[in-house]
Amino acid sequence: MQNEVVIKTDKLTKRFGEFVATNEMSIEVYKGEIFGFLGANGAGKTTAMRMLCGLSLPSSGSATIAGFDVYTQTEEIKKNIGYMSQKFSLYEDLNVLENIRFFGGIYGLNNQQLKQKSEALIEGLGLNNESKKLVGALPLGWKQKLAFSVAILHEPKIVFLDEPTGGVDPVTRRQFWDMIYDASNKGITVFVTTHYMDEAEYCNRISMMVDGYVRALDTPTELKKKYGAKSMDDVFFELARGAKRKAD
Amino acid sequence: MFFLNWQEGQNVKQIKMKQFITFVRKEFYHVFRDPKTLLLLFGMPIAQIVLFGFALTNEIKNTHIVVCDYANDNASHRLINKIEASKNFEVAKIIMDHREIESAFKSGKIKMTIVIPPNFESDLKHFNKTQIEIIADASDPNTANSLNNYASNIIMDYQNEVMPESKGFMQINTQIRMFYNPELKGAYNFVPGVMALVLLLVCVLMTSVSIVREKELGTMEILLVSPFNPILVIVSKAVPYFFLSLVNLSVILLLSTTLMHMPINGSIVLLYFASAILILTALALGLLISNVTNSQQAAMLISLMGMLMPTLLFTGFMFPIENMPLPLQFITNIVPSKWYYIIVKSVMIKGLGIASVWKEMLILSGMALFLLVVSVKKFKIRLE
Repeated sequence: MQNEVVIKTDKLTKRFGEFVATNEMSIEVYKGEIFGFLGANGAGKTTAMRMLCGLSLPSSGSATIAGFDVYTQTEEIKKNIGYMSQKFSLYEDLNVLENIRFFGGIYGLNNQQLKQKSEALIEGLGLNNESKKLVGALPLGWKQKLAFSVAILHEPKIVFLDEPTGGVDPVTRRQFWDMIYDASNKGITVFVTTHYMDEAEYCNRISMMVDGYVRALDTPTELKKKYGAKSMDDVFFELARGAKRKAD
Repeated sequence: MFFLNWQEGQNVKQIKMKQFITFVRKEFYHVFRDPKTLLLLFGMPIAQIVLFGFALTNEIKNTHIVVCDYANDNASHRLINKIEASKNFEVAKIIMDHREIESAFKSGKIKMTIVIPPNFESDLKHFNKTQIEIIADASDPNTANSLNNYASNIIMDYQNEVMPESKGFMQINTQIRMFYNPELKGAYNFVPGVMALVLLLVCVLMTSVSIVREKELGTMEILLVSPFNPILVIVSKAVPYFFLSLVNLSVILLLSTTLMHMPINGSIVLLYFASAILILTALALGLLISNVTNSQQAAMLISLMGMLMPTLLFTGFMFPIENMPLPLQFITNIVPSKWYYIIVKSVMIKGLGIASVWKEMLILSGMALFLLVVSVKKFKIRLE
């Protein structure tokens, strides 16, 4: 793994009035890394991720994404990242090909790139017979895989995944993680939130967020050692049980 | 790396244009693949025109009346024939006894009675003078008045026919001419109103719902994370509805000229231009609504309530603005459809040009500009 830093935050904080959603977050994420961003519901994950994507302005602290500043260079950041949200985020009334063309188009791909990329994508997912089908008619597992492929269509430096495997069966989840590894091998940094602790084991490094603070940051092996836990489940429980905030 | 496209390889303007076209195409897919949207978009104007044209009309046709004919002579028969021949009246019954009049009214089916006195023909011949009594059911005063007018006109006509020499003799004849709408057709009033109503409703509803739908589905998040300019999200959403509304307008105009025989006396270009301004106003309003709600239902409700009532009440096509109390008259000034209504009536019916409606055009444009600026400023380009 190269040690080029692609995400760097220093005391990044977001306040909503009195409420501090994300408190002085300082992390570094390396190129090509699969970085697990863990925490209970309401711990401040989504807020932190939105700041990193340029969707939300920080209250204080600093952050650079792919070398660009979150306060002043959001335009540049947006060109260099991909994003997949909790909610399924393709258009269900557009077919597979139209969705690919749409998202490729708004990321500035030209016709030749679009054609080449969409063919490769459809081939890779084995969707040859479904490319003219409306996305709404596809099974959830395929939709999620398609959404991920679309999110990295423009070969971003970093892709942010917000609970990408919610509600998906174990086999599809496994396939989904194979895709994440592929992306990582191509040098794309994967920043992923999840509630599945077995998925946390697949990450190169993970951070654990409790009540707006990053309480732990290390490789899964080191974390288990440090907390004397057998699995990530135990680590999570150990850290999260001190949480005061209720889920939102 | 594809983002290189942005930095050097290609012209940034070219990329932006392509992004924009991609987005507009997507919006058209949404419209044409949703039967509900299509139905609303094209069904509403047709339904409105037909409804207002044939069902909700204040013209009086085929009213049942009773004639109490005491004379029962040639002259009275000729008069009755003449009344029956008019499209306004249908003689339900000819009676000989005035005591039957009241029971006829009480049945509710009869709105007017004409009483012809005995010796009608001979009085006319020998004295050049006779009287006819018209009794109308005034429980609805407007209808009674109109019926009275129609009947008087027919009787006046009849008098001129049977004794042309009496014309001008010892009497003042009022000559009434109804300018711009000689047949007093209701369509002249409601077609411009329906145009305003449909354009406003459809545009406001469509834009607000389509933006809120992206919020609801979570795709708005993806769009805001993408390098696509958020302001262009709005513009691209407005483009399809702008053009579809112009198509809509053409459908309304076509229906009203063919079915309702409405004239278009003025410049059709001016008519479309004024409509374009109203559509822009509506798109801006829709955008404003989409900013304050997060669900499609709420957006729909606000659009309907917020547009339908003011447009129906304050535009002037249902209730004359001059008859309203002053505070209400003042309120009508902030309703965009009022100004549009004035413009359309002037251009379509009176055939006036820009010189006569520039003031209204200016007010409407001002409203459109103000609303557009406010709504674009208010559009949330970040999520909090």
